[in-house]
Amino acid sequence: MKDMFEETANRLFAQFVNPEMTAAAESGAWPPDLWSAIEENGLTLAAVPEELGGVGGQIHDAYGVVTAAGRHAVPAPLVEALLANWLLGIGGIAPEGMTTLALTRGTLSHGRFSGTLREVPWGSQTSHILVAGDEGAVLLVDAADGAIVEKGFNLAREPRDTLQFSDAATRLVEGVSADAVRLAAVSARAAQVAGALDSLVESAIDYANQREQFGRPIGKFQAIQHQIAILATKAATTGCAAETAFAEAAPKGFRPQSAVAAKVIASETAGQGAAIAHAVLGAIGFTYEHSLQFTTRRLWAWRSEFGNEPAWSARLGVAACRLGSGKLWPAITAGTVLG
Amino acid sequence: MNAQRFSYARIPPEAEAFRKEVRDFLAAEIDSVPMIVRADSWMAFDAEFSRKLGAAGLIGVSLPARYGGRDLGYFARYVLSEELLAAGAPVSAHWIADRQSAPLILRYGTESQRERYLPAITRGECFFCIGMSEPNAGSDLAAIGTRAERDGSGWVLNGRKLWTTNAAQSHFAIVLARTSANSDSRHAGMSQFIVDLKAPGVTIRPIRDLSGAAHFNELFFDDVALDEDALVGTEGNGWQQVMAELAFERSGPERFLSASMLFDLLLDAIGPEPGELQAVMIGRLVARLHTLRMMSLSVTHDLERGEDPAWAASLVKDAGTAFEQEIPEIAQQLIDAQPRIESGTDYAQVLAHMMMLSQSFSLRGGTREILRGILARGLGLR
Repeated sequence: MKDMFEETANRLFAQFVNPEMTAAAESGAWPPDLWSAIEENGLTLAAVPEELGGVGGQIHDAYGVVTAAGRHAVPAPLVEALLANWLLGIGGIAPEGMTTLALTRGTLSHGRFSGTLREVPWGSQTSHILVAGDEGAVLLVDAADGAIVEKGFNLAREPRDTLQFSDAATRLVEGVSADAVRLAAVSARAAQVAGALDSLVESAIDYANQREQFGRPIGKFQAIQHQIAILATKAATTGCAAETAFAEAAPKGFRPQSAVAAKVIASETAGQGAAIAHAVLGAIGFTYEHSLQFTTRRLWAWRSEFGNEPAWSARLGVAACRLGSGKLWPAITAGTVLG
Repeated sequence: MNAQRFSYARIPPEAEAFRKEVRDFLAAEIDSVPMIVRADSWMAFDAEFSRKLGAAGLIGVSLPARYGGRDLGYFARYVLSEELLAAGAPVSAHWIADRQSAPLILRYGTESQRERYLPAITRGECFFCIGMSEPNAGSDLAAIGTRAERDGSGWVLNGRKLWTTNAAQSHFAIVLARTSANSDSRHAGMSQFIVDLKAPGVTIRPIRDLSGAAHFNELFFDDVALDEDALVGTEGNGWQQVMAELAFERSGPERFLSASMLFDLLLDAIGPEPGELQAVMIGRLVARLHTLRMMSLSVTHDLERGEDPAWAASLVKDAGTAFEQEIPEIAQQLIDAQPRIESGTDYAQVLAHMMMLSQSFSLRGGTREILRGILARGLGLR
């Protein structure tokens, strides 16, 4: 099932996603044909059990869909919906409409939610928001119950909206922790970064083999070769970390050690990889016309979403120091540094 | 394009269960080894420790039982390696024989070579070194000038090898030598020989490194007589055989666990309540260590399936040695303490030692620059 999902995703995105569409989406246009194709092919429901109306895959099966979304800079909340729907499935809820993910500060009182959701991916376009609450609860809110305070954008001009709720009806998602939502969100971003870095490797190789200076392709120069080798190393490392997070996910959610490690690695390599790609592609890669920028701007945005690299590194580092030298290694091999 | 993904590989349950046997052995044996020796780990030569490991059945575990092994497969070997390195076990004496020489002899050797060397290797009684580099052939290994010429049914060996780790304490060297004149291909006409280091005509000169230790040696061969059975594999196939060895040499946990003891001592020095910078930097190292293990396991999976993961192995070595080399750099930022020689805390002494030794991590087994060239070629550049 894993290969089939990945192949479907790559085929669809190659067919539907192009620079014009991404540019239009960045100006606020919704891509209806792309989204219909995504839904018709079951990609948002890839990891939802069949009895809840899903396709019945495990979250590891959907790994290739998330990396493909990163690789093709898909301008729609596929990744958010896929992960949110998976979490809803864990909670025994059949997904409806289009659900995105958010972290919040707010209060839940008698089953009603008041508070502000900031930087919600596609928050003004989705029907539902799965919210990781401050106090550990996970809520499903109807986006229409919120007032859109700001239509914002991240660095890649992906919608990151602010919505305000006052005494809104919610549904409590049982069996899913707020931490599970956070870990899903960061694992997803890590996988998107891995896919995006893979596309940078391809762009850099293609360009280095075509662009001639001093009478030969620049890819013949050792300085360029080594830069691209480093880029490929960053991409492969990130892919390994991200896939490990997906592969080791338990039925109730991602395991914290592999999810947090993936986020830490991806947040570090995103900027390093983007910088190398821009160095190799030179001035042409700095233009809006060249599609490299769609990928590199996303890398700069995604690396700090749902917590930046030091925030997540510190969580791992505090746990490692508490374990101390005698217990850290056994915990690393058992995958239990973060419990 | 040989570039590949590091597909997820899990340690099979039986190999994971084997971990306890290794940990039990180490729990009984490691405490008597001084910390400054453990810091050297797979550069720490301790023949007695290797013999104990051999007696416990913990050398050559992936070899067939009929040659003294345990038929345990590459994942068990991986588990054994990472546990020894994480504990700072002094394993240098048998390390090269276990990692490279035994698999080479098993794959390419004759039956009599297998019977002669493999059981002795698994007992921890037969130590090997690798004679590849020469004064004028380091990164450019194909430039070697050491020659073996036919002499009756055997050979006569002449030449020099340089930077040969453990030659002074080993029983045998596997020497790469030219056996025919340069042809069109620089990689043709080389062969591998097992050379008894006590044979007449072999001279060994230890070389002190910048830390004062003498891991490296220079080897001189003056009309060394080799019998027919010294040739390993096929005459003229030496280059291909050496390249196959390198996947084993480059992808293992010794490419990211060489500074394990310093990492442990750093954690102890920080204590259970890290400051903000300490927490961030330690977390970063843990994330990288976790990921490097997964990459190395992915290559182990390829080796187990009989694939040739040369590209991925080069990538693991480049990424892994960069990680190992950063540990002393990060340590001296996180703890305000001077590196010390011969006196001071274990931390201060191990820090000093690793600052010096870590420079070799990206030299031994293929330099960083050579590895990046291999990666680039695999990506379709050149």
